[in-house]
Amino acid sequence: MNNSVTNTARLLWAGLRALLVLTVVTGILYPLAITGVAQGLFPGKANGSEIKADGKVVGSSLIGQAYNLPLKQGQETPEPDLKWFQGRPQNGLGTNSANTQYKLILSGATNRSGDNAELIRWVKDAKAAVIKDNSTADYKVKASDVPADAVTSSGSGLDPDISPEYADIQVHRIAETNGLSVAQVQKLVDEHTDGRVLGFMGEPTVNVLELNIALKELVAKS
Amino acid sequence: MSPVLAGVLQLLALIAALALAYRPLGDYMARVYSSDEHLRVEKWIYKGIGANPNTEMRWPAYLRGVLAFSAVSVLFLYLLQRVQGRLPGSLGFSSIDPDQAFNTAASFVSNTNWQSYYGEQAMGHVVQTGGLAVQNFLSAAVGIAVAVALVRGFARSRTGELGNFWADMVRGVIRILLPLSVIAAMVLVACGAIQNFSGIHSVGQFMGGSQQWNGGAVASQEAIKELGTNGGGYFNANSAHPFENPNAFSNLFEIFLILLIPFALTRTFGRMVGSLRQGYAILATMATIWVGFICLMWWTEFAHHGPAFEIAGGAMEGKETRFGIGASSIFSISTTLTSTGAVDSFHSSNTGLGGGLNLLGMQLGEIAPGGVGSGLYGMLIMAIIAVFIAGLMVGRTPEYLGKKIGTSQIKFAACYILITPALVLIFTAAAMALPTPGHSMTNSGAHGFSEILYAYTSGANNNGSAFAGLNADTQWFNTTIGIVMLLGRFLPMVFVLALAGSLAEQKPVPATAGTLRTEKPLFTGLLVGAILIITGLTYFPALALGPLAEGLAS
Repeated sequence: MNNSVTNTARLLWAGLRALLVLTVVTGILYPLAITGVAQGLFPGKANGSEIKADGKVVGSSLIGQAYNLPLKQGQETPEPDLKWFQGRPQNGLGTNSANTQYKLILSGATNRSGDNAELIRWVKDAKAAVIKDNSTADYKVKASDVPADAVTSSGSGLDPDISPEYADIQVHRIAETNGLSVAQVQKLVDEHTDGRVLGFMGEPTVNVLELNIALKELVAKS
Repeated sequence: MSPVLAGVLQLLALIAALALAYRPLGDYMARVYSSDEHLRVEKWIYKGIGANPNTEMRWPAYLRGVLAFSAVSVLFLYLLQRVQGRLPGSLGFSSIDPDQAFNTAASFVSNTNWQSYYGEQAMGHVVQTGGLAVQNFLSAAVGIAVAVALVRGFARSRTGELGNFWADMVRGVIRILLPLSVIAAMVLVACGAIQNFSGIHSVGQFMGGSQQWNGGAVASQEAIKELGTNGGGYFNANSAHPFENPNAFSNLFEIFLILLIPFALTRTFGRMVGSLRQGYAILATMATIWVGFICLMWWTEFAHHGPAFEIAGGAMEGKETRFGIGASSIFSISTTLTSTGAVDSFHSSNTGLGGGLNLLGMQLGEIAPGGVGSGLYGMLIMAIIAVFIAGLMVGRTPEYLGKKIGTSQIKFAACYILITPALVLIFTAAAMALPTPGHSMTNSGAHGFSEILYAYTSGANNNGSAFAGLNADTQWFNTTIGIVMLLGRFLPMVFVLALAGSLAEQKPVPATAGTLRTEKPLFTGLLVGAILIITGLTYFPALALGPLAEGLAS
């Protein structure tokens, strides 16, 4: 009995020492070494791929943003600012529930199933809004033109991209609200459309923040 | 190019990359676990531990090492979270509550990485990098060690000795996981994954105002998270978060990392038992199921049945534009057929049948190709069952790899395959029967039931992915899933090691004309069939109530 207690204690002591030694290797040396090399070789990427417009940081090219008008009094959800290209819905983002001294961006998905009543309503409302907002006097968006990414929330809620199809149906509206020609705006979208990586990985994308920065420059010039 | 074709090409590229790595990595791992030499750094570590790496252990001693090391790890990780509020380098985040700290400690030590916490607002640098990420290495190394012990049980005879736990675990970390992680982390940083220790800071926004981010050692953790089939995300959105998985290349690369070691271990196995073809038969079984599941997932996800998806015109809810449906399907099958549980799309918003495939993938026991180590030993247990079934058909005492599968071996194997279903079904039933756990559901009806079935399936099989509509941060779920994860990890290991010990004691039986040729395609077919039938019989009623009901209604 006494012997087995001693043996167990000895074994646990060995386990603790193994844990501590390996924590130094994998929990301190490894991440510090990677951080050092990463900061030396890819400082921009290692710190979040921030991008600037007019010399000011306006976000990260990897993190999607909302392009909304300021909240009016009595309003609960802000309206989209139709001057700018709109990204995907962000219904899955979280709200600070712990450590509320911060207002962190909290990534997340809606986790609603295909037969969930709330999701069905969100998708319907989003589709109606996309059709209404993007139709102009001489350009009518059809329901079948609206791609799925325009009316669904992404996995992270921070999707920086939209599909080229969603960018395309916004072109007429953007031209109208900014006093540009449709051809000018379409050219801008085409320039900011990225094909699949190496031709076959993932899907074609348009980075919304980069596109809006370019749009802002174009508006300022014309 | 159509999205379906792009998906197929991505799968082919993935298979090609895995095939290229298969031989060198598999052979290298066989050398690592067969070598008598110790690296200098390993000698320092053994000195620190106070263990002699050359002492051979019989199975009870090996098991005691596994359990002692894991018990200490759970306790340490628990305490680290409990004192987070007083630790420097923790972004000012408060300590984690006892029930959640227990759940998270059990989760990371059992290689599950179920997360009831919200990564970016709960865990500071010290806990993430010095606690959780460390267990990503160690729990993976323990899993491989146990698998290697079982392989030695087949390879050795007339001895009960299975090797030295400390040496196997330390070598797994130092010679396999660490060097591969260094390379993988650098690739991920080059793609855009972040790697810094900055605090919470504000970044300007296009429309004015600012957004608050936290930095972190994300790429270094992401690398071992996938490579060790762990799956615990730095951020809540896991590998859907652009800072963890920035583009379509990093996405495919992360799937590659998930599958790399589990597939290559079949080569290690073949090498160590002295017949590469036995390893190929196991590999073929794993690959058949994996590819089959991916094709089924594509079929249901591209067809996008379900009212909301039909209105939207595609099942893009919970999926990132840069990955699309093709790549997201490969990721979700690869993560649930291994014990990873990382996600680049949210499984709860898959089609009804797609979510069912994720569930079924875990319920197979995560053996195609399974977690690092756990996939191989799980598959070898199924091989023993398949050999036994074949033996019953022809009325011969079954043998596998020159070892008799007698009464005690089949008892150990049977206990192994009963533990996880028992945990899953008993706890799911309890959660459904009690009044309060159901309040955690986001969705109602069949999908609500699936949320709870998924939670216990994920916990007991040490996967860690979720139908994340379930609010799992309650005392009931934190406690019961914590217990389920520990029992689902360590009870099967008891039977694996007992089995390994009993095999190592036997003397080899020479193959005769009546021996079932387990290196032939016929056996692969038998094994695939046995796996599907056993899992189907076990889980069909539960699946019928959840994903099948949802999928067939839409």
